[in-house]
Amino acid sequence: MPPSKTHFEKFDTMASDYASSSEYIKHHLQNLTYGQLPAGYERQDHAGNVEVLQQATWTVAHNAAEAKAMGFWAINLDSMIFSIGLGVLFLFFFNLAAKRASAGVPGGLQNFVEWIVEFIDGAVRGSFSHRNALVAPLALTVFVWIFLLNLMDLIPVDWIPYAASLAGVPYLKIVPSTDPNVTFGLSLSIFFLVLYYSVKMKGPGGFFAELAFQPFPKWLFPVNLLLEGVGLIAKPISLALRLFGNMYAGEMIFILIALMFGGGSIMAAFGGALQWAWAVFHILIITLQAFIFMTLTIVYLDMAHSEHH
Amino acid sequence: MNFNATLIGQSITFIFFVWFCMKFVWPPIMNALETRKKQIADGLAAADRGRHELELAAKKAGDNLRDAKAQAADVIAQAEKRAAQIVEEAKTAAKQEGERQLAAAQASIDQEANRAREALREQVAALAVAGAEKILRREVDPQTHADLLAQLKAEL
Repeated sequence: MPPSKTHFEKFDTMASDYASSSEYIKHHLQNLTYGQLPAGYERQDHAGNVEVLQQATWTVAHNAAEAKAMGFWAINLDSMIFSIGLGVLFLFFFNLAAKRASAGVPGGLQNFVEWIVEFIDGAVRGSFSHRNALVAPLALTVFVWIFLLNLMDLIPVDWIPYAASLAGVPYLKIVPSTDPNVTFGLSLSIFFLVLYYSVKMKGPGGFFAELAFQPFPKWLFPVNLLLEGVGLIAKPISLALRLFGNMYAGEMIFILIALMFGGGSIMAAFGGALQWAWAVFHILIITLQAFIFMTLTIVYLDMAHSEHH
Repeated sequence: MNFNATLIGQSITFIFFVWFCMKFVWPPIMNALETRKKQIADGLAAADRGRHELELAAKKAGDNLRDAKAQAADVIAQAEKRAAQIVEEAKTAAKQEGERQLAAAQASIDQEANRAREALREQVAALAVAGAEKILRREVDPQTHADLLAQLKAEL
């Protein structure tokens, strides 16, 4: 398809429709953001016409600048829809298997679900040395949900965004785990659980002592507090950034490979081979990232339950 | 990176999913797994028990067989012994009977011989007397010498 104005109007996302590669990449990295634009904001459409908003307007951002102008109280519709949809899918099938679960010979779905549940149960038993009914279901949710979020990365980058653009949706990022809001939403929830259990199991004094009175002697407690505080804060940040970084980088490579499809038949064939190879490799990455996230969640919760040595 | 309320939305969604999973997904599946594990363990234990019982029964059957064989051998040995005894007894009885019959025959032979001897003696005596009578006919009076003759006859 040659570049054309009409396609821009329909927010086409095919690589060949873009004036430049950077525009294509930027387009792919923009979430579909819904929020309030402040009064007096100058909206610029694709034709270059400027419209000054008379009052604060709730709308879908048409470019990155608009999304930024919406501030904190905006929501990434694509991240929310895909993550909730995948989570509901996960819980629907697992709940179905749980309802049908019996001690008899398991059927296909039940067998598959039991396989995952036993895998998670083994991981939790291996890393978590206390009794807490929350940890195993939490680990199961983390693992399967993140795996499904990552799995969206294997769908060729243009398929769903292009289909959506035909329906008039300007942006669509279908891999929720390439949105830091999603990964930080997960890791901060887990961080609050870690804080909750730290205080619950050790008492506020015990938790403070753990942060302030080691590794150095007590009189050096400001140093201790700084070191341990950084260590504590690093947990949710590293957890979220590791997942986000891996998925973002993987997605970026898919986008770069997709750019090759616009470069003639030989480049396109090469790109196809590359995309296949990267997708195969990515199967490992998405599973690994889900597993790492889950394992660290269990380990952090175990540390929250344990008295410090 | 552009942080917005998606962060909060994701946290709420996550917490809801974890709650749902903890409430409706994890317990029934674990329950089913535990029950099946228990059933399998029970089944294996029952199989073990069955195998053990089978072994016991086989052992018992072997013992019974051995006992029966031993008994049969005993019976046979006894029967053989008894047969030998019977044969022995029969032999002894036959021998005794033979001896008895032999003795009886001997006795009857002796008796016959004695009788024959007696008869012979009487005849010899009679002959002697007759001879003597003939010789002595003239000078000997049988009436007067009758006691002498009788004495002679007795000595013969």
